Amino acid sequence: MATVSVCQYHPGGFSFENCKRNALLEADINKLGFSSPAARKTGTTICGVVYKDGVVLGADTRATEGMVVADKNCSKIHYISPNIYCCGAGTAADTEMTTQIISSNLELHALSTGRLPRVATANRMLKQMLFRYQGYIGAALVLGGVDCTGPHLYSIYPHGSTDKLPYVTMGSGSLAAMAVFEDRYRPNMEEEEAKRLVRDAIAAGIFNDLGSGSNIDLCVITKGKVDYLRPHDVANKKGVRTGSYRYKHGTTGVLTKAVIPLNLEVVEESVQTMDTS
Amino acid sequence: MATALQFPANVSTLNNYNDLYPDWTQREVSTGTTIMAVEFDGGVVIGADSRTTTGAYIANRVTDKLTPIHDRIFCCRSGSAADTQAIADAVTYQLGFHSIELDEAPLIQTAASLFRDMCYRYREELMAGIIVAGWDKRRGGQVYTVPVGGMMTRQPVSVGGSGSSYIYGYVDSNYKTGMTKEECLKFTAEALTLAMERDGSSGGVVRLAVISEQGVERQVILGNQLPKFSTV
Repeated sequence: MATVSVCQYHPGGFSFENCKRNALLEADINKLGFSSPAARKTGTTICGVVYKDGVVLGADTRATEGMVVADKNCSKIHYISPNIYCCGAGTAADTEMTTQIISSNLELHALSTGRLPRVATANRMLKQMLFRYQGYIGAALVLGGVDCTGPHLYSIYPHGSTDKLPYVTMGSGSLAAMAVFEDRYRPNMEEEEAKRLVRDAIAAGIFNDLGSGSNIDLCVITKGKVDYLRPHDVANKKGVRTGSYRYKHGTTGVLTKAVIPLNLEVVEESVQTMDTS
Repeated sequence: MATALQFPANVSTLNNYNDLYPDWTQREVSTGTTIMAVEFDGGVVIGADSRTTTGAYIANRVTDKLTPIHDRIFCCRSGSAADTQAIADAVTYQLGFHSIELDEAPLIQTAASLFRDMCYRYREELMAGIIVAGWDKRRGGQVYTVPVGGMMTRQPVSVGGSGSSYIYGYVDSNYKTGMTKEECLKFTAEALTLAMERDGSSGGVVRLAVISEQGVERQVILGNQLPKFSTV
């Protein structure tokens, strides 16, 4: 049954026409010693935890392009609806666009039903879209929110499988973050304890995983209130240079000085007015 | 359902991310698994382990692989997590619709046929091994197995998943016709424990469910409460 949504019956989908050519090019480039450009990934440590009054979502802020940091302070916690937020790991463009598409469809759905959207609905929409693309959309998501049935947390994988759990981690730093969760998670924590736990889990990812870094963003969602804490913790401050490395005037002695004037003739002079209207 | 293109093996270098992203971030989530279902007079006992893996990492150690399809029909999922979740959601919808049209509880055979139709039609694209089990008024407790490829057959006892290879001998030698509910529960728990012991992709807790005319009773056997066998 088709629901009211923006993107239905897209006859395009992915075109695989260039794959054979790309494979040959890839092989040729590798022979010459170069490497083809990599898609920008979010590297990432993202996690979420369900506590007494709601959910706390956390993310680092580093976006990488191969081995280079492309963005030192990118935002990985995306808005889905007033009561639902989603952290995204994997290909940056995929997570950004997927969450925006589902956010848009969910808003239409909420207007159609006249109710605040449920986290399970967002989960269903996301998993059905990702399954349709058979894993080619590289979006690994941590979806969390509070609705009329309570706080809920889901992890969604690029192929379209989901798990509903009290604590989840995703991304290249997920093992480090999960180690912290497995050690210190308790059901029905207080807000401060839950925020500390998520902060420490992301910090574990930042300091132990090369693909994650910079600051820690937090999003605390409770019934009727969302605290988007960006940044919650600046874990990696840029270093301050201890001294000035400029040379004083006169450091290098001047031995000779020769001034040669260049006489230039004006050949042509034209004025082009700029359109400043 | 989107048809996946068949890629030649050498094109996999397109996804050649460097060492920054460990292997398990690119592997599909698989349910690894050991699943089992046994018929008894008056219902069925179904059981599963609780481990979901991506490569060598356990993505979820408390997975529930016993998925309700209808009030007295469950399916045990093994294979790709995404494929089996999507199939189960689709069949749940179709069966619910069919049941409302009929204005009565659907048959287990109907549910199994829906699974079979989907698993056979899309057999090239899917990796799903499913055991459908439940109780209905016409034939009582029934177990139907729909393995990879899309065959469907009714069996009094059925095992599936990667861990099932290790317990075929145990199941064949210990199964007796006319077991009671309690005997079936013990039989299933012990078989699953043995499989979890030997299969790396199976583990966690043992989830059991009894489906009968009265309804569904679910139970969980935690790691330290699993039956003990002497391991040499």
